[in-house]
Amino acid sequence: MLKDIFVTPFADMVAAPDFLLQVLWEGLVSGILYALIALGFVLIFRSSRIFNFAQGIMVVFAALTLVGLHSFGIPAWIAVVLTLGVMYVLAMSIERVVLRPLVGQPDIILFMATIGITLFLIGGGEIIFGGENKVMITEELGIPTGDSVLEPWGGLLILQHLDITVVVVAAALVAVLLAFLNYTQMGRAIRALGDDHQAALSVGISLQTVWVLVWFIAGIIALVTGIAWGARAGVSFALEVIAYKALPVLMLGGLESITGAIIGGLMIGLLEKLFEIYWGQPLMGGNTETWFAFVLALIVLLFRPQGLFGEKIIERV
Amino acid sequence: MLYRTAGQFKTSYQADQALFPVRQDAVLLAVILAFAYVIFPLTASEFTFQTLLIPILIYSLAALGLNILTGFAGQLSLGTAAFMGVGAYACYKMITLMPWMNPILAILFSGVFSAGVGVAFGIPSLRIKGFYLAIATLAAQFFLVWLFEKWAWLYNYNASGAIQVPNLDIFGIYVAGPLASSITQYYVVLGIVTLLTVICINLTRGNLGRTWKATRDMDIAAELIGINLMKSKLTAFAVSSYIVGVAGALFVFMWRGAAEPNLFDIPLSFQILFIAIIGGLGSVMGNYLGAILIVGLPVLLNLVPETLGIPIKSATVEHLNIMIVGSLIVFFLIVEPHGLAQLWRLIREKLIIWPFPH
Repeated sequence: MLKDIFVTPFADMVAAPDFLLQVLWEGLVSGILYALIALGFVLIFRSSRIFNFAQGIMVVFAALTLVGLHSFGIPAWIAVVLTLGVMYVLAMSIERVVLRPLVGQPDIILFMATIGITLFLIGGGEIIFGGENKVMITEELGIPTGDSVLEPWGGLLILQHLDITVVVVAAALVAVLLAFLNYTQMGRAIRALGDDHQAALSVGISLQTVWVLVWFIAGIIALVTGIAWGARAGVSFALEVIAYKALPVLMLGGLESITGAIIGGLMIGLLEKLFEIYWGQPLMGGNTETWFAFVLALIVLLFRPQGLFGEKIIERV
Repeated sequence: MLYRTAGQFKTSYQADQALFPVRQDAVLLAVILAFAYVIFPLTASEFTFQTLLIPILIYSLAALGLNILTGFAGQLSLGTAAFMGVGAYACYKMITLMPWMNPILAILFSGVFSAGVGVAFGIPSLRIKGFYLAIATLAAQFFLVWLFEKWAWLYNYNASGAIQVPNLDIFGIYVAGPLASSITQYYVVLGIVTLLTVICINLTRGNLGRTWKATRDMDIAAELIGINLMKSKLTAFAVSSYIVGVAGALFVFMWRGAAEPNLFDIPLSFQILFIAIIGGLGSVMGNYLGAILIVGLPVLLNLVPETLGIPIKSATVEHLNIMIVGSLIVFFLIVEPHGLAQLWRLIREKLIIWPFPH
């Protein structure tokens, strides 16, 4: 038994390095998507202290809107632009209808309100677009679909072109976001609100504008994630579960930290894949991906209660 | 007028702190209990029992358990459904391993197992706070549901992977399983819910309850005045998980009749959290009001198109329901963030001073 836990998995890794690389690559691809979703969470949390549970359903909603619009005969790229418009309207109406009346309420109330939004979007999405699984319009968007086969150490390593595109686009998006946050006026306003609400308001930063903006950014991220994940698994409400995966990423990286979201996402993506392949499937009957990330984050949190990169918690009476 | 308190003088602190300082409260409660114990069972149809009365009671009990933890002790939990599952599976194992066991005792005892699991998952709360803790409880949620699925011993190696409630009787009367009548099940549920509610009311009014509230309001300050945080938080987890576990056992044994692991998935956790929040955190009565709203409303909404004769597909109605519930949650949070219990408190205040509000 102990041998199965501590020796065999590592022996397997060394024996088949090409398979290990394949596992790591797949972990990396999902990790970067987790990081992307977590980034949407972090932006909203930093600027409004709202723990946005609706992020997951926004991914589904964006993907459904895109596929739905395309099925009405609208060309793919125009559908993308229209979807972005829908996400903007969504961000604006959430701010106006839900968040503005709830300013200053306890955190848990705002959290519940985002669950309310989640239910609303689930119901609405099913009525408008139907609940059945749809195919993402991968080819129409010009996303390459083939694969490249590499042969490291005489083994076999298959890289889906789709995955490569996802990694490149996601990395680019993260870079653009970081640049936006660090070098533009609006980006600095978002970070200022995150640092100190009152001080930011007193120098004339508009809370409303920033909130709409961060929800819109979260919407853009949702669309990108939705396209990427939808291309691999089809578009349906089952996609929502990947948003749950972003939660341990947040725990691990810290709720406020942008770096934490990225590093946490990659770590969880890689580790959960490794655990599933080398420990979960042989020893525990598989499907450990549903909980591994949470348990890992829980263990890390026991030693660092604010996550790896979160703000140090200072408590006063 | 109905709620005039004139003439009800208190001459001792004891009288002032009694459970019903205002006589009308006791009368109102008596009326509600009379309805629950006598009038509903006499008048309700099979449909009402199965879709309204029994589920509302069970959901309120689960919400009460969550409310102890979240509303009274301030520890946000998103893993309620998994703890319900622990109760249900523990009850199932006890019943199948020891068929001679009294089913009601088995249900009450199954909460002990979920209390144990709850304490184990509550230990991180000593270091982790706020939303971090909420996500940590999701670890319990996902891990336990996975366990229900993979650990075949729990469902006695059934091919279907689901648990089926066998026919169980006490002194010849069937209380669970396909042969049990709704009215017996209703009385069993009602009895257990009443018992646990009385215990909870007294717990939250007593020493332990005050300790929880102090922990909720500011745990560091509570620690400084000499409250043992570990004891306070872990007792909250234990009591809460016990009640939730019993609710889970009732959920499967008295209502559903069978259960698959995914029944205890995260939507159920959220449903119970809605009930607790819409009803009012930190209130016992709120759970019942919340459950009436969250469980009762979709049933009524389902009936509307039928009675009006509007031809809508049942799937569409289902989705409309989800939308309506979602918007209602937002609406109630905006109108009264402290929940329906607070709404009742305000109405009661107004009634007491009516018709001279100044």
